[in-house]
Amino acid sequence: MTLNILAVDDSRTMRDMIRLALLPAGFTVHTADDGLHGIEVLDGILPDAIITDINMPRLDGFGFIDAVRGQEKHRATPILVLTTEAAPELKQRARAAGATGWIVKPFDPDKLVKALHMVAG
Amino acid sequence: MSAPIDPMAEIRASFFIECEELLEALQDGLQTIDDRESDTETINVVFRAVHSIKGGAGAFGLEALVRFAHRFETALEEVRAGRMHIDADTLKLFFKAADHLADLVRISREDGPLPDDVTTNLVSQLDTLLGSEAGQEPHVEAEIEFQPMGLSLDLDLGTDIDLTPLDDSADLSNPIGTPGYTIHFTPTAELFETGNEPLLLLRNLSSLGKAHISPDLTKIPVLENLAPEVPYISWTVQLETEADTAEIASIFEFVDGLCTLRIIAEGDPDDGDVADEIAEISPQLPRLSFDQPDSDETPEVPETLAEPIEEIADNDAKPSDAVPQTAAPTKTSVAAPAKSIVRVDLDRIERLVNLVGELVINQAMLSQSLENSGLSPHSDAMNGLEEFQRLTRDIQDSVMMIRAQPVKSLFQRMSRIVREASSAVAKDVRLHTEGEGTEVDKTVIERLADPLTHMIRNAVDHGLETTEARLAAGKPPQGQVRLTAAHRSGRVIIEISDDGAGINRPKVQQIAIDKGLIPADAQLSDTEIDNLLFLPGFSTASVVSDLSGRGVGMDVVRTAIQALGGRIATTSVPGSGTTFSISLPLTLAVLDGMVVEVADETLVLPLNLVIETLTLNDSDVEMVRPGSSVVRVRGGFVPLFDLGVELGYRAPLQNYDGAVVLLIAHEDGSRAALVIDNILDQRQVVIKGLDESFYRAPGIAAATILGDGQIALILDPSDIITNAMQHPAAQIAHQQAGASA
Repeated sequence: MTLNILAVDDSRTMRDMIRLALLPAGFTVHTADDGLHGIEVLDGILPDAIITDINMPRLDGFGFIDAVRGQEKHRATPILVLTTEAAPELKQRARAAGATGWIVKPFDPDKLVKALHMVAG
Repeated sequence: MSAPIDPMAEIRASFFIECEELLEALQDGLQTIDDRESDTETINVVFRAVHSIKGGAGAFGLEALVRFAHRFETALEEVRAGRMHIDADTLKLFFKAADHLADLVRISREDGPLPDDVTTNLVSQLDTLLGSEAGQEPHVEAEIEFQPMGLSLDLDLGTDIDLTPLDDSADLSNPIGTPGYTIHFTPTAELFETGNEPLLLLRNLSSLGKAHISPDLTKIPVLENLAPEVPYISWTVQLETEADTAEIASIFEFVDGLCTLRIIAEGDPDDGDVADEIAEISPQLPRLSFDQPDSDETPEVPETLAEPIEEIADNDAKPSDAVPQTAAPTKTSVAAPAKSIVRVDLDRIERLVNLVGELVINQAMLSQSLENSGLSPHSDAMNGLEEFQRLTRDIQDSVMMIRAQPVKSLFQRMSRIVREASSAVAKDVRLHTEGEGTEVDKTVIERLADPLTHMIRNAVDHGLETTEARLAAGKPPQGQVRLTAAHRSGRVIIEISDDGAGINRPKVQQIAIDKGLIPADAQLSDTEIDNLLFLPGFSTASVVSDLSGRGVGMDVVRTAIQALGGRIATTSVPGSGTTFSISLPLTLAVLDGMVVEVADETLVLPLNLVIETLTLNDSDVEMVRPGSSVVRVRGGFVPLFDLGVELGYRAPLQNYDGAVVLLIAHEDGSRAALVIDNILDQRQVVIKGLDESFYRAPGIAAATILGDGQIALILDPSDIITNAMQHPAAQIAHQQAGASA
């Protein structure tokens, strides 16, 4: 099943990696460079799931998730956090902000696809 | 045409390009902190740069890079979190770490041997900074990080006991046959708030095998009491699957703590028969479920429980405890606005540059043949040609712009050189840079790196005095080195200056005499003495330090600059410092030239150096002595040289009456007049480099092809005049002209 994904990451490499992982699975991938940009991009699309980095300029991942959850139509949109840390407190913080799940970087493309299917159907 | 490209290789290449940008941001940030101009966002930028390098490096398995970046990041995190203050030593260490990170990036790209001892040394310094406690931690964390998608759940079988971890960790045997599980799942309200969906979880669960899902609806209140966002339903799933408990638990990884979950392995696989018939029951059809099978679990099976499971059961997520600390979106943004960038192979640009060069030549030929055809200058064809010329120039400028890069990256490398050089000779040195945004042809930037490095080292090593000497001279102890870039009249001027003692001219002259480079009785002007520095084999340091005394002299610097079509000039004031000024053409490809004729030879001079053209009267010329004349220009005297004589085309003219002269300006502001026979044209010419195999004749910079297909040499008039100045006679003339000017 094809999904519409928004990936927010300030690293071009990461955005490329995500695209490379998701395009072969038939996903449609939109990208944004940071949290603020992510919110702008989100304005024009209705993604099935969102992937976001945490450390980003202008608006970080926590702030981005908070802003997304603040929008009525995205209250239940699954959001996966990309994090280099497996630390429980980071997961806890992401979750408190409203993240659905997390992917530890560097990620395995298959697992990313699987995780997206898991949260977005 | 296009070969299949490995997408990972592509991304890897783009990762390294991104690294360059991140390293630049890192340097910038540290520099800003050093300049005491930092705000709270600066450290965030620095942190993110290192963090992003780490993240990308992990994706390509560059473990050495990841590990070092991680340690660096840990230290930066301490600062960012306000637990550590940056003092001068810390900043120095951070600069070193940034330099090393840049090295590691470069080495990783080239798959080169890793400088492990440097890494170890820096890591231990970072550890010292962080305190001993932090030194222990990274091994564990680093390992965790390298596991892709680490799933934190690790258990084999569960029991119906409320998942209290048992100390008993004996291994267990799988039940024979298709194992069955009973899974009790009760979501909490937070599960919905995080965008998780029980339906999907249950669907994923049924994808593992045959599932019989029965909801418990007993907690649903009457309608008027029903809160829409509170979950009232819990589920019991009978699952018959080959998957192990860990795999089942992994489905619930994201809701760990947001639900109560019990996974119970069953002894009796036959129960699955019932589930077989009703496998596809979704929670939306709760009434379709049949009898809830009684538990015949096997509690006697010992189990191994990992801690996370404990969290599943016990952790009532309290969102109030962990209020999202969202970053204030009002932070001042340091990041440049995102630009859309295309990566292009340099070869393709080279090809375009060459084609534009051919276009310029072709256009010159066309205009020549149109002129020869006797068309009126007002004819449509000639007007069209003018338009064509304008377009060609625009295209050419645009193509050059593709190749142009700011010198910033080059300057950043130099700031590293200053740091390393100053610590090697134990001098306190500060580098000031200016004009980092000045754009120069990419090739020029690349080829400037070596000469600049050498000159910067020289400035630190030889230019600046020792701290004691500075104090004795009443100067501040910290030496200053300035590196500036600017565009000036179609060229790029790069200056390296120090506030040191200046060139010790008597000493320089003595060394040159000792080395037999000049006769002992030579009478030399200050400029000439300064120029001795550029003689091959010259080294002023009486003690050859391991820093700049590597057998590479300023002569190599000058050769490299000249190879770029540039010139280098020196000014030095005893006691207050030395400045080296490099003047470079903006581009290596095309030049605005003045086409002239001398002794029936067609030659091209760079137009920007010609400040005036004159036709001489006999009375304008004053002979100082035979073979050496000056020309009167607007009340001053300028030394006069005959281009035909200097190039060896002819004997000196007997009289200059009616001769055409070009007034040439030098970088240092002095002027000289060159006698030519005729000015033919002013036009753009394409620079065709003279191959290495040609003898490098002084004063000849390159060659070009003219509109009529003829080849003409492009001159470097400054070089010709400098050479001509070497004649003793000219020297006197020059001095007299200088005195009376």
